[in-house]
Amino acid sequence: MTVQIAGVASTEFGEHPDSSTRELFTDAALDALDDASLSVHDVEELYAGNFIGDLTDDQAHVGAMLADYIGAREAASMRTESACASASSAARSGAQTIEAGDADVALVGGVEMMHASGLGEVTDALANAADNEYENEAGLTFPGIYALMAQAYMDEFDVTQEDLAAVAVKNYENGVSNPIAQRQEETDVESVLESPPVATPLTLQDCCPITDGASAAVLVSEAYADEHGLDTEVSFAGSGQSSDSLALQDRPDIARTRAAERAAEDAYERAGITAGDVDVVELHDCFTIAEILAIESLGFFERGEGARGAVDGETAVDGRIPVNTSGGLLAKGHPVGATGVAQLVEITKQLEGRHPNQVDEPTIGLTHTVGGSGASCVVNVLRTGGV
Amino acid sequence: MQPWFIEFAEAIDDGEPIYLACEECGQVGLPPRTVCPECGTRTLEQRSLSETATVTSSTRIFSSIPEFAEETPYTVAIATFDEGVRLTGQLRDADEVALGETVTVDAEERGEDEWLVTFSPTD
Repeated sequence: MTVQIAGVASTEFGEHPDSSTRELFTDAALDALDDASLSVHDVEELYAGNFIGDLTDDQAHVGAMLADYIGAREAASMRTESACASASSAARSGAQTIEAGDADVALVGGVEMMHASGLGEVTDALANAADNEYENEAGLTFPGIYALMAQAYMDEFDVTQEDLAAVAVKNYENGVSNPIAQRQEETDVESVLESPPVATPLTLQDCCPITDGASAAVLVSEAYADEHGLDTEVSFAGSGQSSDSLALQDRPDIARTRAAERAAEDAYERAGITAGDVDVVELHDCFTIAEILAIESLGFFERGEGARGAVDGETAVDGRIPVNTSGGLLAKGHPVGATGVAQLVEITKQLEGRHPNQVDEPTIGLTHTVGGSGASCVVNVLRTGGV
Repeated sequence: MQPWFIEFAEAIDDGEPIYLACEECGQVGLPPRTVCPECGTRTLEQRSLSETATVTSSTRIFSSIPEFAEETPYTVAIATFDEGVRLTGQLRDADEVALGETVTVDAEERGEDEWLVTFSPTD
């Protein structure tokens, strides 16, 4: 059964000091429902990603809270949590429930309010995605974990800090024209290298910002779209998800994301495509090195050649395989629990031909979202073709 | 901090570090595992681990979580033991360490039942 994407929306990403988890999610959910021309009472199932709300807001049971406040009290609701891949899991779950014939309308999304608490508290909460005993208690931070991956990768493949910086330069440039992006200013290689060190070799501009934001998408069955005269242009073509060791130290190669390789292989098989068929990609560039590892795991570049993507312009909006035309996590921002659906929103707009950095007539797009340092990964494939 | 990690760190502190090895397939790992993730059997055996390892990667951390914020900058490394297991620890007795350098593993008690794995350059 084909799952159609009937409507999508993201709030502006950045700081929302006057909002809250329930209010910000409601903003995105209602916009997505308007985009789909559906009412909140049409929603049968709600899956919402949220990672640190129970720590920052002192509020768990987030699925029911969000269902209540968007006005869908009768819907089945659940919060999904796979660290930074939480919303991708929500999208995957929503698509699966429709594919299984259990529901015709699922609202999927995510929300994270990261400015509500102090930077220290947020950093501490985010660190919960890592292995507490083996990593956090050793003083390792998330930038630190990715820095360890970067250092090992740079040593093995003779890649430089300038090569990493090229990813930030590209994604910042894409962010400039994205109205929801948190960072809307360009940078250059020199500025990336000269920004304050966070965890060597990563500087502040190699790292995504702290973000408040929410995203939502309305998924419907093809039959429902047909019956209700919905004008859909994009379908959910397939999904893959995999896991890996929680701690980076337990992986045979610390500069390789095998969960992403497995998730991509699974998603490609279900969608009936290969890596070469993909026209546009939103992927998990929480740090510059992460984009390089991701484009290798997704099969767009040979192992050790991912740095070429940004340096040679192959991942630019007009390149061979456009990556993060939204600005990615680096520029658009990374409201952790919302990111996977925020990526889906961007890809849907690309496939509908209404993206601010429009790629030339794409037909297949994908989202790639990583939990922690790669202990989970979700790949969702979308394609043109509605009802 | 979990009891299994306290036990693991205390063994390092006593100069008797341990690791787990699968009797079936030879895969190595660290506590507290019951199942070998490689072959799925439950035949993990506790063995003695060497006290030296080789640095696989390292990073100097300038911005940290509240618990370590006052101690920045400091260096964290992942080191690989001859037995094949890797551990993450904070560097002592030096600010930087080269990849491939040999380090000695140790453990520090930061507070009651709060342990930290450390590495020091061997020479």
